[in-house]
Amino acid sequence: MSAPAHAAPPPHVADYGGITDREGALAKLMIAPAVVYIAAMIGAPFVLAILYSLSDATTGDPALRLVGLQNFRAALADPVFRMSLRNTFVFTLVSQTIVILLSRILATALLKNFRGKWLVRFLILLPWTAPISLGTIGWLWMFDSIFSPMDWVLRYVGLLGTKDALFGFQTNMYWLGIPGLSMASVILVQAWRILPLATVIQLAGLSSIPKDLLEAAEVDGATPWRRTLMITIPLTLPIVSIAFLFGVVFTFTDLVVVYVLTRGGPVHTTQVLSSWTFFKGIEAGDLAQGAAISLFMFPVLAVVAVFILRLARRTEVV
Amino acid sequence: MANLGKIARRGGLYTLLGGFAFFGAFPFYWMVIAAFKRDHDLFSPLNNPFLFNEPPTLDHLRLLFFETHFVGYLWNTLLVGLAVVVITLATAVPAAYALARWARGWGETLGIGIFLTYLVPPTILFIPLSRFASFFGLQESLWSLILVYPTFTIPFCTWLLMGFFKTIPKDIEEQAMIDGLSRFGAMWKVVLPLSISGVLTVVVFAFTLSMHEFIYALTFISVSAKKTISIGVPTELVRGDVFQWGPLMAGALIASIPVAVVYTFFLDRFVAGFTMGAVK
Repeated sequence: MSAPAHAAPPPHVADYGGITDREGALAKLMIAPAVVYIAAMIGAPFVLAILYSLSDATTGDPALRLVGLQNFRAALADPVFRMSLRNTFVFTLVSQTIVILLSRILATALLKNFRGKWLVRFLILLPWTAPISLGTIGWLWMFDSIFSPMDWVLRYVGLLGTKDALFGFQTNMYWLGIPGLSMASVILVQAWRILPLATVIQLAGLSSIPKDLLEAAEVDGATPWRRTLMITIPLTLPIVSIAFLFGVVFTFTDLVVVYVLTRGGPVHTTQVLSSWTFFKGIEAGDLAQGAAISLFMFPVLAVVAVFILRLARRTEVV
Repeated sequence: MANLGKIARRGGLYTLLGGFAFFGAFPFYWMVIAAFKRDHDLFSPLNNPFLFNEPPTLDHLRLLFFETHFVGYLWNTLLVGLAVVVITLATAVPAAYALARWARGWGETLGIGIFLTYLVPPTILFIPLSRFASFFGLQESLWSLILVYPTFTIPFCTWLLMGFFKTIPKDIEEQAMIDGLSRFGAMWKVVLPLSISGVLTVVVFAFTLSMHEFIYALTFISVSAKKTISIGVPTELVRGDVFQWGPLMAGALIASIPVAVVYTFFLDRFVAGFTMGAVK
């Protein structure tokens, strides 16, 4: 402030205070609708979910009678719940590890210039840009127990359907009908779906590395491998983490792929927390149990949120 | 020698990208095949499934458009999407502007707080929200979706717009206010036209996110004629236990491609919202 002292109005002058007050009120007025909407439609239901989880409410009798932690105890004692808890972690961690590795390779390739880039980009992004339930329906038809094209190819090259074939004498793989295989199938489709998002995030990270840094390292005689290890990986670690964390959020809490492909079957071997919440809470009408099951997702989400915040803060400071 | 190495690297790059493009797009290619294949050809396990062994047909499309509610699903999706866009713009634009302009301390914190609510998943909220819907008599009504979808569009779009407004220099609107416009007038007539690409991004996202949404629609709507595209196609094109694969694939394809084209143009901006400060 280089203005002469007498030109600045002292803070107690009514006019000056009046303007800031009005601006402040306007700011609050403009923010209010969004905050009210979020409070009413996210905050209130969230509180209600907690209340339901402590009650014995059902769709038939939705009155709130608090019964303590009984629903959580019942959930933990239920083998299906325990299986879906384990499945959720397997489903999330395996699919997101695949996504991070593949998206790294893909983003590095997309960084280069080549002909037909727009088309390749469009095709690669399709799994994320098209509605997921519709893309998954395509996979359902590909996993068909009789007409699967993968089975046809396996039969064609002799890996399936003959006595000595690698995958057995039966004519089909039953991708969604055999416990371990059905988990592998839903993991594959979830990885397919998140890969484009992670790739675009990684691409943003890779292209933000200053070119001269890599060139200087090259001039100094650093091998490509060493440049990757010492420059690219450390500089893109925050953004890789962001890609991973959002992938985790979108996978840990989602049910579309499991619902469309297997409905949690066979015998709950692909059941995850979110799909089990739906079947218990909505289809079976047990609001209390459903709410309790869904709340088991919350601790993981809270941890992820803390990590995202820390990353955002740290990288802004640097 | 060097030339040969270059060609090999080029070939490797194209093979790699071709492989990924194949992986990403194959299910959609598979939809194209099924959508135009005669049932007899489609359901013969010995036929090569990748080719048309009999001439293609438009039967599935005819069935899809004239004997199912498919057109109704498209219409419902459009209505819900447009209404959600309006609600999102009306709440997110002013909030983002205020947070960007008066953000000291509490503004920043509130902005981050709003963004964090985006991480509260529908799978925690859909049980209580289904009770809200039945309490207000909105079960089986598109209004339940119109009112609930802004729970994920408002947080994300507010965050996105906040970033856009911050890039517009304060001097421009201060000049406009000196020239006699009110704060609100400056925002409406000066700042908004300058951030039109941000607003357009929000329009596209509010619409596509509504179109993609599955869980709420599955929970709130069970009457066939009221369904949106993302649940109508997977749940209704099944007769008894028999999947109508031809029409099903045609429906999935027709609904997917236009939204995918539009989304592709805006994906980079969408991701800029996720990456926050992590990329400079």
